[in-house]
Amino acid sequence: MLALDKDTFESEVLEAEGYVLVDYWSDGCEPCKALMPDVEELAAKYESKVKFSKLNTTKARRLAISQRVLGLPTLALYKDGEKVDEVTKDDATKANIDAMIQKHVG
Amino acid sequence: MENLYDVIIIGAGPAGLAAGLYAARAKMKTLILEKNKAGGQIVTTNEVANYPGSVEHATGPSLIARMVAQAEEFGSERKKDTIIDVDFTEKIKVIKGQEKEYKAKAVIIATGATPRPIGCPGEKELTGKGVSYCATCDGDFFTDLEVFVIGGGDSAVEEAMYLTKFARKVTIVHRRDALRAAKSIQEKAFKNEKLAFMWDAGVEEIKGDGIVESIVFKNKKTGEVTEYHADEEDGTFGVFPFIGYQAFSDIFKEKIELDPSGYIPTDADMKTNVEGVFAAGDIRVKSLRQVVTATADGAIAAVQAEKYIENNFEE
Repeated sequence: MLALDKDTFESEVLEAEGYVLVDYWSDGCEPCKALMPDVEELAAKYESKVKFSKLNTTKARRLAISQRVLGLPTLALYKDGEKVDEVTKDDATKANIDAMIQKHVG
Repeated sequence: MENLYDVIIIGAGPAGLAAGLYAARAKMKTLILEKNKAGGQIVTTNEVANYPGSVEHATGPSLIARMVAQAEEFGSERKKDTIIDVDFTEKIKVIKGQEKEYKAKAVIIATGATPRPIGCPGEKELTGKGVSYCATCDGDFFTDLEVFVIGGGDSAVEEAMYLTKFARKVTIVHRRDALRAAKSIQEKAFKNEKLAFMWDAGVEEIKGDGIVESIVFKNKKTGEVTEYHADEEDGTFGVFPFIGYQAFSDIFKEKIELDPSGYIPTDADMKTNVEGVFAAGDIRVKSLRQVVTATADGAIAAVQAEKYIENNFEE
């Protein structure tokens, strides 16, 4: 998974063509760390269709808020730079993330 | 029988991990099932000051990491799976997970509890959008912003104080005119300059288009309704409800006896009303839900499960 920061977010997500999944997480978020292996499995599954990336919000708080992310974990799916869907908190499970990608990407 | 465990423990919080340690140490074939990551609610706690022996800035995650290592050292197996159904009607208990099915001679339910929502309009839609039940997860989003903590018990006041590390101002909103939290916690809270208090107030609604923008309070005594809007420059603020917990027991409805709130009644040996099924930790009907009482429950449940197996199954 591609590690994003506040300097690369724009080019890697907002200016990217096609589908990009962003895993918003932080150092203090234990549920985020628990979920990450599942997200990595999905990254392998959708390797050719979706670019998987992650953003540590500890160092990019304003950026996260600008993307209307104020709770972790949040998994957001972008298409051509526009956020098209997301799952957050208790809904952020492997099954739900998979379903979200299926719905948009197929 | 293939894949038959002596004891299956559902939930890997402090109760489940302590049960796993005791069961495995008694040489029972032990499996701990957990839907998420080990730890339960305590991993979202930044400071654990009241668990005997947890000193030198013990945090929830550090304490749990040691419990996991200890349970595994004695041979407990651990699997990640979400339990969707159980069958306790036969002598061999069946537990159905999303991934696979498990069988055991005895079961220890240690599924715990989760924070209880306020239940007001807007709360669910704005969860993760300013509404949060996890201060350690989301606290730093509110750096230099305002935060409202709902509740007046130990958790509410402790989490409010933790949030003052980030927020410009934290207001504790309580439906009574005095806190319920322990005196020592209250003393600290009243000295904290970033903490404010709103008494006799309940939350009627949380509003916002995509993120929290305003919150509606109602005074319990006067009936007066007020709406607080986010500072224009901030654009948003945080709402952290800590008004108690709800039992994680939906899958056990009609399988074992539950009290009206969904908690599991047990005797002093952690036995439920079903032979071979035990309960431990926050999921039990009990007066004190803490790590120290959870681990004690887990130890008792494991020892009783061992006795039950000895008496009811032939070698």
